[in-house]
Amino acid sequence: MVAEVIEELGIREKTAGIAPVGCAVFAYNYFDIDMYEAAHGRAPAVATGYKRVQPDHYIFTYQGDGDLASIGTAEIVQAAHRGEKITTIFINNAIYGMTGGQMAPTTLVGQKTTTSPLGRDKEHCGEPIRMAEMLATISGSAFIARCALNTTPNLIKTKQAIKKAFETQIARKGFSMVEILSPCPTNWGKSPAEAMDWIGEAMIPYYPLGVFKEV
Amino acid sequence: MAKKLMKGCEAIAEAAIQAGCRYFFGYPITPQNDIPEYMSLRLPQVGGCFLQAESELAAINMVYGAAGAGARVMTSSSSPGISLKQEGISTAAAAELPCVVVNMMRGGPGLGNIQASQGDYFQATKGGGHGDYHVIVYAPSSIQEAVGMMAKAFDVADEYRIPVMILADGLIGQMMEPVDMDQVGEVHLREKPWAATGYVPGGKKPRAVINSLYIETEDLDVLVSRLEARYEVIRQKEPMIETYKTEGAEYILCAYGTVARVCKAAVRILEEKGVKVGLVRPITLWPFPYDKVREAIAQESVKEALTVEVSSGQMVEDIRLAVNGIKPVQFMGKGGSRIPSAEEIAERIMEMRRA
Ligand SMILES: Cc1ncc(C[n+]2csc(CCOP(=O)(O)OP(=O)(O)O)c2C)c(N)n1
Repeated sequence: MVAEVIEELGIREKTAGIAPVGCAVFAYNYFDIDMYEAAHGRAPAVATGYKRVQPDHYIFTYQGDGDLASIGTAEIVQAAHRGEKITTIFINNAIYGMTGGQMAPTTLVGQKTTTSPLGRDKEHCGEPIRMAEMLATISGSAFIARCALNTTPNLIKTKQAIKKAFETQIARKGFSMVEILSPCPTNWGKSPAEAMDWIGEAMIPYYPLGVFKEV
Repeated sequence: MAKKLMKGCEAIAEAAIQAGCRYFFGYPITPQNDIPEYMSLRLPQVGGCFLQAESELAAINMVYGAAGAGARVMTSSSSPGISLKQEGISTAAAAELPCVVVNMMRGGPGLGNIQASQGDYFQATKGGGHGDYHVIVYAPSSIQEAVGMMAKAFDVADEYRIPVMILADGLIGQMMEPVDMDQVGEVHLREKPWAATGYVPGGKKPRAVINSLYIETEDLDVLVSRLEARYEVIRQKEPMIETYKTEGAEYILCAYGTVARVCKAAVRILEEKGVKVGLVRPITLWPFPYDKVREAIAQESVKEALTVEVSSGQMVEDIRLAVNGIKPVQFMGKGGSRIPSAEEIAERIMEMRRA
């Protein structure tokens, strides 16, 4: 969807992407544009460096929830705070996928992972963090939305939000991010169909969909 | 041009700008704050960009982004901040990105103090971050020399696609000296066809992938072999050293940075007493000038060498490696920030003579 949007907006030759450390680590092989691979959590800082050198080019980061909401919280919050004209695609799958299913900051209360074998206990490690809501409170952010990949209408909305996020960057309005609730059947221990259901039943009630900020 | 009295940090910053540096990302830490402060005013004047990052981690990754886009870019910090940058420096080395990192060393370990020190020699020359890589390390002993190094540092970084470190003790940053800013040296800008400046499918420029991940063993082998071959060329071509009155000397002092200047004063004190002492001062700490150091110390006339550092003994290991047991090498120095005086160094040589 990201590639489609870049194509539709006709900005392919002036756009670069940044792959994170996580399951999207090989994204640089899947986008036929200039690409970076960043150290774990640091993609927004790398994007900042790129954008300051080439302010008339476009850049997006593609980050998981461990990358963005744990090790890289400083970078994402400060990039939004500075109003960096970059776009972030934030894949929230409530788990660390790449390293084999450990607990993420986004893991739901009660959800079992390899490092919360009895289910996440909020007394022990808090409640899941809602990044979209948090970043929407920052004055430098210009477009913040949360979408999900569980149904066809939601897929369509996700693509619209991604387009809007890039348009926000093109219009130089500020920081833009689309948080996307995504399935990780392998590490959730579910079939793909069950995983889609779980997004609707468990994730969306805690992570409401919608546009949190648009300027 | 007439010489102008300048603070070391400011002279280094101005020299970097004259060397074509247009981007600076950094986080405040004493004793190097005058570099970012100077950059914040000057870079916008020359069409560049200064940005205060939220941390040293972010700063070095902004450098990674800017270097990947083909810019001449630098960051500066002091010891604890340089520790935080190490993952990024390793990543930049692997991604073959040119950049310049200034370390105004302060006393460590931990937060240590904010006085001048040379405790980061190991970190700078023996890795610092993880994995098989090197950065080129220059150690200026005066502000003028630091100014003259900046153009070279950026050029060499571009030529070998390697991070370059200016390893200076806090004294260089904080003292004021008369400086001739015309001595920045020639600047050579080069094309960077590998940079992420936009990809046109079917065009002349290949698609840029700025990357440090090579998950297949064979692929990582290719990268590491390529880096090692380049390091070998650097070891052959880039070592720099100053030798001072070494010919026919009885004792050889070994020191780098401002300590080497104190050693020169000691050489002169001893000369007046009729003791022939010389000094070797490595200017590049990596690649280390092993051959020239050995040559000076292996001479017939030399009885012993004495390495002087503001550390508990770090460069002395490379001196001993260079000398390889041919002559005894003693060490004088303390960790923390105590800089020995010329008189103390001269006295130590007199003691070695009496022993
Ligand atoms: C500095 C550092 N710490 C830890 C790792 C190991 N690591 C690789 S991927 C990953 C988890 C990524 O999880 P997430 O961001 O949720 O992405 P996902 O794999 O779920 O797509 C971790 C911890 C690393 N590569 N670098």
